[in-house]
Amino acid sequence: MAQADASMDLDTGRETSLERMVTADGIPLKRSLKRAERRRKLFALGLVAPLLAFLLTVFIFPIGQMMWRSVDNPQIINTLPRTVEALEAWDPGADELPPEEVFAALQADFAADQELPRRQQGTGSLGVRLNYEVSGARSAVSRTARQVDGFAVPYKDEFLDAHRLWGQPEIWRVIKRESRPLTASYYVQALDREYAPDGSIQLRDEGQRTYISLFLRTFALSATILGLTFLLGFPISYYMSTLPMRQANLLMIFVLLPFWTSLLVRTSAWIVLLQQQGVINSTLVGLGIIGDDSRLSMVYNMTGTIVAMTHILLPFMVLPLYSVMRGIPPSYMRAAKGLGARPWTAFRRVYFPQTLPGIGAGGVLVFIISIGYYITPALVGGQSGRMISNEIARHMQSSLNWGLAAALGTLLLVSVMILYWVYNRLVGADSLKLG
Amino acid sequence: MAPKDHNDAFVAFDRVQKTYDGEQLVVKDLNLDIGKGEFLTMLGPSGSGKTTCLMMLAGFETATFGDILLDGKPINNIPPHKRGIGMVFQNYALFPHMTVAENLSFPLEVRDIAKAEREKKIARALDMVQMGEFGNRRPAQLSGGQMQRVALARALVFEPELVLMDEPLGALDKNLRERMQFEIKHIHETLGVTVVYVTHDQSEALTMSNRIAVFDDGRIQQLATPDELYEKPENAFVAAFIGENNTLRGKIESVDGQFCRLRLHDGSLVMALAVNIEGVGADSTLSLRPERVYLDVSTDTHDNVFEGDVKELIYLGDHIRVRMDVCGNDEFVLKMPNDSHARRLKVGERVNVGWVKEDCRALDPS
Repeated sequence: MAQADASMDLDTGRETSLERMVTADGIPLKRSLKRAERRRKLFALGLVAPLLAFLLTVFIFPIGQMMWRSVDNPQIINTLPRTVEALEAWDPGADELPPEEVFAALQADFAADQELPRRQQGTGSLGVRLNYEVSGARSAVSRTARQVDGFAVPYKDEFLDAHRLWGQPEIWRVIKRESRPLTASYYVQALDREYAPDGSIQLRDEGQRTYISLFLRTFALSATILGLTFLLGFPISYYMSTLPMRQANLLMIFVLLPFWTSLLVRTSAWIVLLQQQGVINSTLVGLGIIGDDSRLSMVYNMTGTIVAMTHILLPFMVLPLYSVMRGIPPSYMRAAKGLGARPWTAFRRVYFPQTLPGIGAGGVLVFIISIGYYITPALVGGQSGRMISNEIARHMQSSLNWGLAAALGTLLLVSVMILYWVYNRLVGADSLKLG
Repeated sequence: MAPKDHNDAFVAFDRVQKTYDGEQLVVKDLNLDIGKGEFLTMLGPSGSGKTTCLMMLAGFETATFGDILLDGKPINNIPPHKRGIGMVFQNYALFPHMTVAENLSFPLEVRDIAKAEREKKIARALDMVQMGEFGNRRPAQLSGGQMQRVALARALVFEPELVLMDEPLGALDKNLRERMQFEIKHIHETLGVTVVYVTHDQSEALTMSNRIAVFDDGRIQQLATPDELYEKPENAFVAAFIGENNTLRGKIESVDGQFCRLRLHDGSLVMALAVNIEGVGADSTLSLRPERVYLDVSTDTHDNVFEGDVKELIYLGDHIRVRMDVCGNDEFVLKMPNDSHARRLKVGERVNVGWVKEDCRALDPS
């Protein structure tokens, strides 16, 4: 203390006065504290490091890759650098073909590409890329690229002979528009929009719109499933919270049973139950409640998706609700009744508001999980029970338009984050109680 | 204050029995009349049935047998929300999602009281417990003592005629507890409301109550005013439970009017007041308060004088607690006032101790 006072007298400022504070063995206090802190921080880092490395490699990095793919657009600029340059002067708004120099540049680009060893040739991926925008472009590119060595001036006629697509301004517009290394076209497509000839973005024709309605259906389905899990989960959670531990645990096992069964088995079980010749329909027919010719279709449609997903996601609602309800002492309800509230009023005004953190947590879990759910809608959803994830999977696996799949996936991720942000603003994420 | 008879009572338990499992009675034949404006405390160790009685009165438990009457009317079949009884819970049970003012507003809202009237009543109730400034706080932002005051205000804000308190001060530290005891007592005196108070803390019961019902084993062992309870316990349980007590065991040798002679197990003969004994030859427990035992006295002034060894001295400031071996009981305690001419005792010293027969009560053998 005396040392600190002395240095203050010297008017050397607070910083130095702290420097002068030393431990018993003469090391400045600050340095000694830092050393102790550093050890603690390293220890904490050591605890976190394995999971952090794991997440970075298998989660964060792939997500970054996915988001990158949704805007990555190297094919045209890499394979057709001369064409792109020659197209600078061309006006895509005018409804006519580019001049001869552009065709000459295209010939040179193709010829240069053919010189390369097979594995480095870019025309394959160029064809795939152009085909996303103009159907038939893939065969146009591959056929022309093979013949291009034999072309003679004027190249324009040779190209038009090789494939009719080169005679349409549409393909040239696409080449010019998509000549930058980054593109928004996948997002334009994912939002059911397209480029007009003048380069502006417009809504697609009604018959061609897919994704917005699919997004809306995904949200609506998720909201329905959320509502159902709440309606089914709230009473059982309440009942369990009033039971002695032993019985509550037994009931909890029944609630958790779906968790311990393979997802595929559970979903197949629902197919067995719900299909037209299934257990439920046959029972109803057997009891004479419905006629044999009017069997209910409960699977391979939206009903199937809702029923199976509600069943699968129910534990995600019950677990946080139950844990929150367990923590509400019965004295609150007693106090409310003692103060003169009818049982229903006491429940509504005293008990229910205290379960909100559990409802919030369960709701966020169920909604976010169901928004991205894939396997169940794929198995029992049919056409009307499809969700956006099924469309993403289709683009990944069969149409091989990874850019579009990535754009749809990114949109899904962003909408989940927006929802979470809204939830945080309205309720507060710190009030979440997950168990 | 205490009711003259059953019909005069504001709250009456009439032969009430309660069992939870159908095998064991938690409350055995309870008869208790509580007068209007009375502060009655149910005091007893845990498991003695006192809280069950309170819960039956509040309507959260139903009596297995017998009637509970409020203002002359049986209330067994009236649900709790229609009984109009204020209640303070052990853990306060303040609604955590409401502010203090909203908590107080709740009982008024469910009674459909107009907003202006509500606000007046809330302000008055909060002022009464000196919490007027805290209307907008949440319970989580209050200290234990403050929550306790709010719980009290909430139980009183709708002006019930009967308020029940279930160990309301149990969670507070000693100083705060003592201050709150006085405050509750003053509020009771000001409002004239009837209070039934449950506690296991005897000093709390002695400080606040008009009458105390001592519970043990599902029965009221004694129902009396605090001073009577302390000075004239009627059985060995009450004597041991209330205050400090020296216990001497022996057999009755003779009974002479209201007094009797006891032969203790070590052979010494003691004169005592015959309070609760079965007759000559029966076992009995003698109860003797430590402060009624005197040092260095003779048989001229005191009926019972014995020699004892000083075993332990504990300095407590205003008095010194002396543990001795007297009449074969080495837990025999007396309190020596720490005044200027107090005698300086030493451990191992042999001294005379004595007491008058009126202070020594012969009770059931326990």
